[in-house]
Amino acid sequence: MSAVCYRYDGMFDGFLTCVFESYVNKELPAEFLLLDDPALTLWPERVVETHPAHAKRVREGLGKKTSAQFRTQMERAYLTCLPDRDMILYRLIRRGFDEGDRVSRDLTDPDMAKVTLALQKMWTEWDHLKGFVRFSELEGFLVGEIEPKNRVLPLLAPHFAARLNGEKVILYDRTHHEALFAAGFRWTIEPVEDFSMGPAGAEERSWRRLWKSFFNTIAIEGRINPKCQATHLPKRYRHVMTEFMEEEQKGLDGGYTKKEKCGIIGKPARLGG
Amino acid sequence: MDLMEKLNILADAAKYDAACTSSGVTRGGRAGTIGNASNSGCCHSFSADGRCVSLLKVLMTNHCRYDCAYCVNRRSNDLPRAAFTPRELCELTIQFYRRNYIEGLFLSSAVLKSPDYTTEQMIEALRLLRTEYHFNGYIHAKAIPGADPGLTYRLGLLADRLSVNIELPSEQSLNLLCPDKSKGAILAPMAQIRDGAAQSKAELKLYRHAPKFAPAGQSTQMIVGATPENDLHILRLSAGLYQKYGLKRVFFSAYMPVSDNKLLPAPAGFKPPLLREHRLYQADWLMRFYGFSAGEILDEDHPNFDAALDPKSDWALRHPEFFPVELNKAPYEVILRVPGIGVRGAQRIVTARRVGPLTFEGVKRLGIVMKRAQYFITCSGHFLPGLKSGQDTVYRRLAGLEREALPAGQGEQLSLFDQVVS
Repeated sequence: MSAVCYRYDGMFDGFLTCVFESYVNKELPAEFLLLDDPALTLWPERVVETHPAHAKRVREGLGKKTSAQFRTQMERAYLTCLPDRDMILYRLIRRGFDEGDRVSRDLTDPDMAKVTLALQKMWTEWDHLKGFVRFSELEGFLVGEIEPKNRVLPLLAPHFAARLNGEKVILYDRTHHEALFAAGFRWTIEPVEDFSMGPAGAEERSWRRLWKSFFNTIAIEGRINPKCQATHLPKRYRHVMTEFMEEEQKGLDGGYTKKEKCGIIGKPARLGG
Repeated sequence: MDLMEKLNILADAAKYDAACTSSGVTRGGRAGTIGNASNSGCCHSFSADGRCVSLLKVLMTNHCRYDCAYCVNRRSNDLPRAAFTPRELCELTIQFYRRNYIEGLFLSSAVLKSPDYTTEQMIEALRLLRTEYHFNGYIHAKAIPGADPGLTYRLGLLADRLSVNIELPSEQSLNLLCPDKSKGAILAPMAQIRDGAAQSKAELKLYRHAPKFAPAGQSTQMIVGATPENDLHILRLSAGLYQKYGLKRVFFSAYMPVSDNKLLPAPAGFKPPLLREHRLYQADWLMRFYGFSAGEILDEDHPNFDAALDPKSDWALRHPEFFPVELNKAPYEVILRVPGIGVRGAQRIVTARRVGPLTFEGVKRLGIVMKRAQYFITCSGHFLPGLKSGQDTVYRRLAGLEREALPAGQGEQLSLFDQVVS
């Protein structure tokens, strides 16, 4: 079997198409790169075009050979920020086809151990963000921003779409440059290059003040414990959380970002998909 | 008085209530309503004291006719007083909820006029929130001891969780510090909530639309360190509450000096027993998730926690006959008793060893931290190579690890020396 480098579009279906190609052509990938990645490679390159039917065959085959649980695990793991993620998942999927569901229990295997921990971290981040996301009411939309390590937006989407089903919600992911648009239980995630939140109106600012005031009041002075606070609410989340932002010092604009001049950039017209 | 002032006064008055959990019930989003709930609850922020902020925790009012010595809202305390109107409370809840600041509402109240009147006020606010504002999120309400059972029942239909504070760990302490409350008055609504919830569950099995009474169960809280009960007493009491009243949670609240009443510890120089509270929660976890009983964690010979050691390590050191645990053979329940191995770790061990024998290398890869566990486990009959494991060494090492884990100053707050003296 010859070693190659696959270039694909960076979607899970594209990745599964690569798996398909590797079996058809009897190749062993040594590296995965994105289509627009300027990096050069030592191995012969093959550009893989996403093929939904091929991806479906791999997906279904994997489910049959292993278990629905393992397949979902692989799919979820694709959202994590695990270094060298594609090669690790490729090896595990390949083992799944060879050995069946045994691989899903082989938690001491270096690849499987890495995936398990990466998934654990991602679910923790998801769990954190369900609570730590802050929305502002701007021009009839509830708008928020996050900066997660993992691509948690697809996991957060059903939660917020159901919870705020009577609202129009926009949640922007700064790390992956994409935004969730949700309304009436339906949602879509679209790539958004440039995003900034508009200035808040008087009413929005007054709710923020009430919340901050509540937040500061609820702590008991005799028990102040910043270390404990940071354990539960790591500092990396705080720069987009209302209660940790010094809004009043910025004058009356009260926007979240430095780019306060523009309104909401995005595609609200596509709401509800 | 504007909303900001009211919020400050009534949040300040509510902050000593420990419980702020939003757990115990799963409810999907429904069209035409706002909100949902999930069984594990959700923390939305953590205040400067490191406590979870999950619910908008406020009092309906802090005007109180009672004069409980340990309570900030006691009648004789000179404080600004305020009361929310039901509508103000609804607006606050909904607007905070939409912005994802909170998971729901925690409504408690001081006793204005009478327990019945107070409960009626709370019912009115919650009714408005559920029906007019279509709020489908989490509500935790305090049942007011002494209120008419019919009113408490109506409160439970609107709320997800009800709680009654047991306040102090013994009847003597209660009589001494809260002349207006009695043990009977506190336990009566607890029993009512237990029976109401059981009945509601039984009815739900028969017909789907039966009214849900406190579907997330009930909890309680007690103040620790204001009165002389020992840790064993408190642990037995909470074990009893779990069993007899089917409580979901018992919360402990280290006493904060809010009064200079002669019956209470003098405020000057008083340090709230935070470490003791921490140990009680650790023990509480051992009882709820690790299969320990109160009598195992502490006994008449050791009625108080070792300040230098967590209760699980403490138990392990007192039971050398139980160890070492062979990770390749021991059942799940036994592995769970090893210090340093938690629920997740034990599950992974049990799963992974089905594939092949575990080595220490492999166990580390499962994400299990060896610092504590190494003294208590073997893999295929061998200890970790190079391990020093005399009884004294292990105690010193474990206590050292514990000191690092505690916030500065707290480790020394109760030193071994204090233990010997007292």
